[in-house]
Amino acid sequence: MAVNLKQLTQHEELLTGGHRACAGCTGSNILRQIMLTAGQNTVVGGATGCMEVVTTIFPYTAWRTSFIHSAFENCAATVSGAETAYRALKKRGDLPREETGRKNFIAFGGDGGTYDIGLQSLSGAMERGHNMVYVCYDNEAYMNTGIQRSSATPLGAFTSTAPAGKVKQGKEQNRKDLTKIMVAHNIPYVAQTTPFHWKDLATKVEKALAVDGPAFLNILMPCPVGWHFDTAIGMQLAKEAVESNFWPLFEVENGVYKINQKPKERSPMENWMKQQGRFKHLFRPGNEAILENIQTYVDEQWEKLLKLEEMTAK
Amino acid sequence: MEQKLVALSGNEAVAYAFKQARPHVASAFPITPQTEMMHKFAEFVANGETETEMILVESEHSAMSAAVGSAAAGARTFTATSSAGFALMWEIVYVAASLRLPICMALVNRALSGNINIHCDHSDSMGGRDAGWIHLFSENAQESYDNAVMAWRIGEHMDVRLPVMVNYDGFIISHTADALHMLPDDAAYDFIGKYKHAYTLLDPENPVTVGPLDLTDYYFEHKASQLATYERVPGIVQSVSEEFGALTGRTYQFCEEYAMDDAELVIVVLGSSAGTCKDVIDEYREKGVKVGLLKIRMFRPFPVQMIAEKLAGRKAVAVLDRSASFGGQGGPVFMETRSAMYGQQVPVNNYIYGLGGRDFDLHQVEEVIDDLQKVAAGEELQLINLLGIRS
Repeated sequence: MAVNLKQLTQHEELLTGGHRACAGCTGSNILRQIMLTAGQNTVVGGATGCMEVVTTIFPYTAWRTSFIHSAFENCAATVSGAETAYRALKKRGDLPREETGRKNFIAFGGDGGTYDIGLQSLSGAMERGHNMVYVCYDNEAYMNTGIQRSSATPLGAFTSTAPAGKVKQGKEQNRKDLTKIMVAHNIPYVAQTTPFHWKDLATKVEKALAVDGPAFLNILMPCPVGWHFDTAIGMQLAKEAVESNFWPLFEVENGVYKINQKPKERSPMENWMKQQGRFKHLFRPGNEAILENIQTYVDEQWEKLLKLEEMTAK
Repeated sequence: MEQKLVALSGNEAVAYAFKQARPHVASAFPITPQTEMMHKFAEFVANGETETEMILVESEHSAMSAAVGSAAAGARTFTATSSAGFALMWEIVYVAASLRLPICMALVNRALSGNINIHCDHSDSMGGRDAGWIHLFSENAQESYDNAVMAWRIGEHMDVRLPVMVNYDGFIISHTADALHMLPDDAAYDFIGKYKHAYTLLDPENPVTVGPLDLTDYYFEHKASQLATYERVPGIVQSVSEEFGALTGRTYQFCEEYAMDDAELVIVVLGSSAGTCKDVIDEYREKGVKVGLLKIRMFRPFPVQMIAEKLAGRKAVAVLDRSASFGGQGGPVFMETRSAMYGQQVPVNNYIYGLGGRDFDLHQVEEVIDDLQKVAAGEELQLINLLGIRS
């Protein structure tokens, strides 16, 4: 499944320009890259959230494939319904058009719609084994409603519902590890990636679509509005999230972990965090312990990941 | 058409009707008293009697969500629920109607929590009465079956394209064996017809965007267009009923009239309680009391004109509600009925009964008819009353 940039660029763009994403948004880039790999014969479902809102303001749509939005917490269930309908119609020869080739079903949601309110629906759909790919674009807070904390928000980050003030220093909990929760569903394919790593992303999308059964992709999505950074550096932050081991590139194929990129020398979290306004308050005197906790947590998680890779190696 | 006389519970009868429609997809989550309907349907699937794909979801919210995804993909789709399950679906119940998806749903009526109660009342259905579905109510297993056959034709009609809810009373109908006539499978399917979609997510040559963000500039027009649809529904329900009547010998109106021709006193009711009322009405008729029954079969769209016409010129009307509107002026059937009668000089009183499955017995009907007689004689009684509670 070698992915070739030249080939990819020749594919039709299925998410058109002119949508309403913010300047510097890396989310639309994620969707474009996914759709370049998935192709026209794809049904897309979107949970309520940034990417749904910016791509489908009536009477416009940025989607050149079929797209459905129903609500915030039910994207996985909705797409599981469409996927089941496809199998049922195909079995009886009732499809609207005779088809050759693979039909893709992709559900996407932000971290709010996936880690939090949509977790039950996602878990159910994955357990039932639908032939669909669920993509979480994880920008680590409820950006669409105004940057409220989610269970994907990292420790110490400033959000509008867990702000930094005189006695509180942003979010007080570590982020939930949703990728591993999805691994625990024992589905054929689970992976993490970022939009900067285009080749890694395209390969993972292709693998996820190719498996017989459900697959889950967790894609880090730097958000200039919620993370407070210069609109030019979103991709750079995606790259550095991997170099700091904050967001490792890895995949789990039939239970076997593989880390796709191992930094020779991991860069300190501080370097990554300093470029984002959401962590600014942590660099004030008195917050050294929080910074240390953040670094320790990332290092511990990385060590665990290395062990999982070792343990599951065949 | 020759029809088999069978003894089935309401749940079984509805499962048969749904099977006869050869649906592509069914989504299901268990809740009492709906469970047995889906058990029966799952048996049909397991025995290869229908090719329906079942999606056995993790909640009713997902049951309705999966039904929306399936119907938007162009598949004939149904689900079933009761009580709290319907309440959990509620958000997506609106979406299904707004996306104009003709999903069928059996709503086996059960009281809402709290406190938790598994028995019949209509609070579940009434909570969703403004969501945009067509609500059909059934008196017995026969009517539940007939409604569940006709529901497809009504909802899927190209001038309707709305989801349809077949209501039948939990336990009283769902779990009671009853005699009914059933169409042969092929005849039922011929009547229902092959499914046609209005749009589908599954045609890559004709991509559609379903459920976009719809703001101040268009949302209201979309709602106006949806509102206009309900004006068309009664005519289509009427023609489907007539066709069904020609096939089966059972023709239904929006409301059933019982002993109404010369009735001076009228009871208005939904569902299985109509049977109890009819029994007591027979007794009073023998005594010369001119009392009749108007059983509402279609609660949404509410048959305003028919109700206004049928109740005009009577001496007294009693509306029975198997749900309460807390803080409202009486139960929902009362409010709608009285509003439909606006301008008429007919006194209308409300009786809330049977909440949480409290038995609705003959004495309660007698109490209502006795009150109707007093009102007709000019006595002013309490507007809103509770029936069958311990003092």
